[in-house]
Amino acid sequence: MNRYLKILMVLVITPLFLSTYAFGLSEAFKDNIYNPGKLKPIDSILKVKVGEKATDFTLPSVSGEKISLNQFKGKKNVVISFVPAAWTPLCSDQWPGYNIVKEIFDQHNAILIGITVDNIPTLYAWTNQMGKLWFPVLSDFWPHGKVAKMFGVLRTDGVSERALFIIDKEGILRYAHVSDINKRPNLQDIVEGLEKLSSQ
Amino acid sequence: MKKVFILSGLLVYLLLSGYLVIAATKPPGVGGVLPEIILSVPEKPEHQKYLGLAGEGRFTIPKIKAKVVLIEIFSMYCPHCQGNASIVNEFYRKIENDRNLKEKIKLIGIGTGNSSYEIDVFRKKYNIEFPLFPDGDYSIHKMVGEVRTPYFIGVKIGKGGAHSIFFSKLGGIENPDKFISLILQLSGL
Repeated sequence: MNRYLKILMVLVITPLFLSTYAFGLSEAFKDNIYNPGKLKPIDSILKVKVGEKATDFTLPSVSGEKISLNQFKGKKNVVISFVPAAWTPLCSDQWPGYNIVKEIFDQHNAILIGITVDNIPTLYAWTNQMGKLWFPVLSDFWPHGKVAKMFGVLRTDGVSERALFIIDKEGILRYAHVSDINKRPNLQDIVEGLEKLSSQ
Repeated sequence: MKKVFILSGLLVYLLLSGYLVIAATKPPGVGGVLPEIILSVPEKPEHQKYLGLAGEGRFTIPKIKAKVVLIEIFSMYCPHCQGNASIVNEFYRKIENDRNLKEKIKLIGIGTGNSSYEIDVFRKKYNIEFPLFPDGDYSIHKMVGEVRTPYFIGVKIGKGGAHSIFFSKLGGIENPDKFISLILQLSGL
């Protein structure tokens, strides 16, 4: 191969392997955040398909009640936000952003559900640092990661992916996105997903 | 020799292409200067006027027409930044309503890890009038030592781009009046 072509390939390809792990962290969490470092971007295989009917599930919430997907059927569109783990950097700075945009969800007649595989006491302590959340936070702790597994977003180390799903009022999955676990999805992704739903 | 040439070229390419950012290990300290933070001139005419900038393109913070620039490193995802937004607004309005301070002190926000869309959501949610800038790839956040948010940096601007940091602190504003007094005292305005 031409030597200059090789150099050109190095210049183009090398940056692709240099993506850095970056996160901001709110003072709200003080020094209580554990940093797991950069992780394998995606470590599971999605088991659900857009256009298919979403399988119902029921999980306990931090507020004490049990929440089922089917309870919103015919009433609300549902956005599910899986985040990998409590008390970790990016996850701690994701839901607080959703907490200030309830109006956007309301405009699209949607409810947000946050899910992690942590247990209730852990989620209680963690979400208390975020202020009062307007959306339910569910624990997929036991049987461990059952719902995450059902969606195909349970990683091999037992935490979930950073993933978003939008299920319409009829219970049909309309949007599925598994992010690189090291990166927070842009809020615009959810908004565009909801806008598509409204235009259908 | 050829290898050195190629590696040097690669390094320059990566720096110029923005893939490599020189990350600071600690926040900018008092008495020091700002890292080379390059921002896009805001689109809104009122923000251009506020900062004394015009047209399109990019600028560095010492180019802002002011004697003191306060930089808030924030994130729309940060609960403390959300909780402090109304007090920061109050601080901004008190300065804008003071004939003596209005032209001397300017306030900007840099949204760490926030896209343009996200800072716009934050701006609308809290009716923020001062200019906010996105830092979607955390490049500025790395330059300022990956500080927690909110974080305030105060810079005294001199002639010809000369400047020095007089304030660098983690945490929000507790009392706008006391904060103005502190800024005046520390900057020597």
